Amino acid sequence: MSQAATLSIASPPRAARRSNLGDMIFAGACYAAGALVLLLLGGIIVELFLGGLPAFRAFGLPFLWSTEWDPVTEVFGAGVSIYGTIVTAVLAILFAVPVAFGVAFFLTELAPPWMRRPVGTAVELLAAVPSIIYGMWGFFLIAPLMAQHVQPALIDSLGELPGIGVLFQGPPFGTGILTAALILAIMILPFIAATMRDVFEQVPPVFKESAYGLGCTTWEVMKGVVLPYTRISVAGGIMLGLGRALGETMAVTFVIGNANRISTTLFGPGNTIASVVALEFGESETDSLKLSALLALGFILFVLSFIVLAASRYLLRSRLKA
Amino acid sequence: MSTTTHPVLSPVKDAATAARLGRGRKRADRVARLLSLAATGIGLIFLVSILVTLFVKGFGAMNLSVFTEITRPPGSNGGLLNAIIGSLIQVALATMIGTPIGMLVGTFLAEYARGSAFGNVVRFVSDILLSAPSILIGLFVYQLLVLPFGGFSGWAGVAALSIIIVPIVVRTTEDMLNLIPNTLREAVFGLGSPKWKMIVLVCWRSATSGIITGILLGIARIAGETAPLLFTSLGNNAWSTNLSQPMPSLPITIYSYAGSPFQDWIELAWAGALLITLAVLLLNILARSLLRRGT
Repeated sequence: MSQAATLSIASPPRAARRSNLGDMIFAGACYAAGALVLLLLGGIIVELFLGGLPAFRAFGLPFLWSTEWDPVTEVFGAGVSIYGTIVTAVLAILFAVPVAFGVAFFLTELAPPWMRRPVGTAVELLAAVPSIIYGMWGFFLIAPLMAQHVQPALIDSLGELPGIGVLFQGPPFGTGILTAALILAIMILPFIAATMRDVFEQVPPVFKESAYGLGCTTWEVMKGVVLPYTRISVAGGIMLGLGRALGETMAVTFVIGNANRISTTLFGPGNTIASVVALEFGESETDSLKLSALLALGFILFVLSFIVLAASRYLLRSRLKA
Repeated sequence: MSTTTHPVLSPVKDAATAARLGRGRKRADRVARLLSLAATGIGLIFLVSILVTLFVKGFGAMNLSVFTEITRPPGSNGGLLNAIIGSLIQVALATMIGTPIGMLVGTFLAEYARGSAFGNVVRFVSDILLSAPSILIGLFVYQLLVLPFGGFSGWAGVAALSIIIVPIVVRTTEDMLNLIPNTLREAVFGLGSPKWKMIVLVCWRSATSGIITGILLGIARIAGETAPLLFTSLGNNAWSTNLSQPMPSLPITIYSYAGSPFQDWIELAWAGALLITLAVLLLNILARSLLRRGT
């Protein structure tokens, strides 16, 4: 099938010379554009690494876990923001995955056909809303809601429990790690839900029909046939959501509280790599150690997202081939 | 079927057990359906809540001066005109730069590099760039264009946005070209056409609606991008159409206004947020309906 694309055709010599030139130029442009994409990725890695090099040199490997961030004495560490990035992203996954699964289950198995497209589109539109809008919405609507209702309720109900109680203590500011994770969860929900829906739809109908023929309920078909059949792609979709959550900037900057400390409670303020870079960048001078530290943070974020996104693509490769 | 107490299992005790089991399974099914419905409801509630918040606060703050006045100090009835124009200029230029590159890469992947190792690497990298944090694109352009050329500029913002739009166009272009049957290509070759003519006059033309969909989705994405502009075009409170100077943009203005303590600035931020969201959602819906009609 694909040989057609590489067929070479013997044409009359005069026309051939002209068309060969056209072909060479066009093919050259296409190859150059392809190479440009590789250059872009290489350029991003190299520029971020070179920019962060002074900070890596000054602080060495402990930069990764040091929790200091003091612009006055010029001591910088990435510990708090790496912690905040990972905690908010993982919490967001914990919140988003069950909901996304529910949405995908509804869209593929339960919803009447006329409902699938509008509801599916509506969920996908959530992915189109710009990050900054989520930030404003989270800051002006969700954060007050958290402060007045959700967090006091959580403190009363879960705060007393031994062990996990410590996660739900402290003053209910509204902003903080938990709120940031919640907003992130809403933002990555459509990506995970859309991937799950697409892979659920690829399960051969005959498998499902056999299970129904044995007397399975819809839920048993989902649990026993669809999920096992698609589990690798589902994991890929979750990794895609994780990759997105790691690098979200504007929404998180609005609601995370922006403090350079690691709190035991989920209500405490924190920061993420992206929010630190976005906030502190304007206050750092050219060639300062602080700017270098921010670029080093960018490099670390890039490595993190690259690993997660590459894993996601690897897991989703069967879907991509189909 | 499992719920009826059909006397296949003859002993009475077994029939009762079967009925109980059946009821349990049916209950689990009902619970799962309910939870799934609730999850979908939750997802929709978020969308509705965002839209309602934007409409209520945005329309409340919307008036003519938003479109006729430029940004002013708090308390002096400013608007968003310069930010809107700045955004339009940067998004338009970025689309003009990024789209041809993205189309060429997509064409490369679909027509020249199907199954080749180099093509697979390019496809992989393009997909990574598609989901890579946009703030890092901003940092990259800062290192590449802002530091060496002495300052923030509209051009740097354009560069950052065009890098972001490329992988979106790549993905849709490749997908659309892959849908074209090879018999069509063979027919064109059979007429003695060179490959580039085959691609430009036949493949691109039959994939037009899909490619335009990709471009529209790309525009929708970069129109709302804020983080990469923080380090590139920076923002500007004055009237500025000079691309070698810092340039205002709607997302950046919203960002700085929404975080300010001044009520009239916050209201302007809501008006801007409504404008951007409406534009982005309309572009998305337009792109989707175009794709549906095209295929």
